[in-house]
Amino acid sequence: MRRGEVVLETRSLSMHFGGVRAVDRVDFQLWENELRCLIGPNGAGKSTFFKCLTGQLVPTIGDVVIRDIHVAGREPHEVAGLGVGIKTQVPNVFDGLTTRENIWLSCRRWHGARRTDALTSETIERLQLGEFRSRQVGSLSHGQRQWVELGMVVAAQPWLVLLDEPAAGMTHEETDRTAELIREINEDAAMIVVEHDMNFIRRISKKVTLFHEGRILMEGTMDAISKDRRARDVYLGHRA
Amino acid sequence: MNGMFGQFRGTLFAALLALIFTIAAPSILEFFTIITLTQVIGLSILALSLALIWGYGGILCFGQTAFFGLGAYSYAIAAVNIGGSTGAMFIAVAVAAAFAAVLGYFAFYGKISDVYLAVITLTVSLIMYSLIRRTSGPEYKIGDALLGGFNGTGAPPLNVPGNAGAVLFPEHTFYVAMVALILLYVFCGWLVNTHFGRVCVSIRENEIRAELLGYDTRAYKLGIFTVGAAVAAIGGIFFCIGVTRVTPDVFSLGQASLTIIWVIVGGRGTLAGPVLAAFGLYYLTASLGTQQVVNTSLVLGIILIAFVLLAPRGVVPGIEKLATARRAGRRNRAKERRMRLRKPRGGISEDRHETG
Repeated sequence: MRRGEVVLETRSLSMHFGGVRAVDRVDFQLWENELRCLIGPNGAGKSTFFKCLTGQLVPTIGDVVIRDIHVAGREPHEVAGLGVGIKTQVPNVFDGLTTRENIWLSCRRWHGARRTDALTSETIERLQLGEFRSRQVGSLSHGQRQWVELGMVVAAQPWLVLLDEPAAGMTHEETDRTAELIREINEDAAMIVVEHDMNFIRRISKKVTLFHEGRILMEGTMDAISKDRRARDVYLGHRA
Repeated sequence: MNGMFGQFRGTLFAALLALIFTIAAPSILEFFTIITLTQVIGLSILALSLALIWGYGGILCFGQTAFFGLGAYSYAIAAVNIGGSTGAMFIAVAVAAAFAAVLGYFAFYGKISDVYLAVITLTVSLIMYSLIRRTSGPEYKIGDALLGGFNGTGAPPLNVPGNAGAVLFPEHTFYVAMVALILLYVFCGWLVNTHFGRVCVSIRENEIRAELLGYDTRAYKLGIFTVGAAVAAIGGIFFCIGVTRVTPDVFSLGQASLTIIWVIVGGRGTLAGPVLAAFGLYYLTASLGTQQVVNTSLVLGIILIAFVLLAPRGVVPGIEKLATARRAGRRNRAKERRMRLRKPRGGISEDRHETG
């Protein structure tokens, strides 16, 4: 693993909903160019943790630091404005607009009109979305819409990418392409990927962080985690 | 983007038709109709403003009349005090836009949800209605202008810029109003195709996504809301010039709902639709008003219900859809014909099923 500097860090990050501690004093570090997967059973706090990173939730206690900037309590657009590409769990796209315009809007946030046109075409080609270029995104299949959203993330050329379940609801073939794309994105950007699909994680990740009951249970390679007894107990939901 | 330029060409084409109508109108319409038309143009500009912020910005402002009325009153008061119409128009637009900017700042930066925004804006308009109705009596005046309470106040006519004595004839006022409508229509058509406009549309589609792309959605919403208020104020100006008075009714619930109805009937997501709906429904109301058989409000109510149930997207999008469907149908038929010609004789019947 390349160890540059820490690009994203949380310091005793906690998110409470009433009496429920969805995220409980999490210290987490992501290094430059790293690709980290967050796993854990349902309700482990991955998605809440993710939303704290992206500014969609304001943590109860603790801080999120992205490249020395404190972002806890900032608006999502401020987090994204640091050059962070974000994809949420459900496909969050502009349903009434065309594929091209979805990607164009993402690009245009960062570039002038001419550069945007070029980058948009390039992204559409790279993600093989040419067929749906002029189709309304709302009329596309679930997997295709996921891809449009990935296209929006890629088009902005972020240096840090946060993906929440990028392969959810995709067909086998689409999942393969997504894994491929994630590896490509990782060449230029540090990444955090929240995922359920173990096989998918095995194919993309080097290091995995396992969440359980709002805390980090363990970190390590997928192999190490899958051999670990505690991890298996967590997933099977019993203490054998 | 290609698609966008295509849309804007449509806007220019519609503007050209309107221009032809403007030039021809005084020679084909009666004098009285021309005078009335100036009022209706004012109303249609109000419709345009809501078409912009609701149809494109996704902001349901139930009280767009607040800015419309504010523009009308500010114009009347300023024109009386200044003694000329030109400066008064700028003041009226500035007052309405500034008011919208303050109101919008609290609403959007306070993250008030869509439904509440509709309620709040409507309430603001109704508060103004009640407030201005209570201003009868000589003590309620701003400068030389009496507010006039229930009866309203006189709105001075337009004059040639810089020469307050040279009052425009009704035909000329009509020309000015019509040109204003056309320019505002082209302006709105241009605006929704700019980067700013596209971001506003994207916020309408999915606000969270727009935020996650790094756009400060509050600022964009405030921006389009303020522009919409300025447009509505211009509508108010021409309306009160057309009527020659401004009364509290500009703020009324009836006027506020009618504005929403124009946009629903004309079609959300188009600019021309609500403008045409404002003209059409005004004409309908006026002709229904001359008879005693059916109640006008009843007919308007039935039209609204019919549209919500049968054509929820409104007239103009409905026509557009029909047109594209017909074009697609023609294309398909042509394709089929070509296919049939190309097929070898033997397998026609089976192959047709596959290609069809």
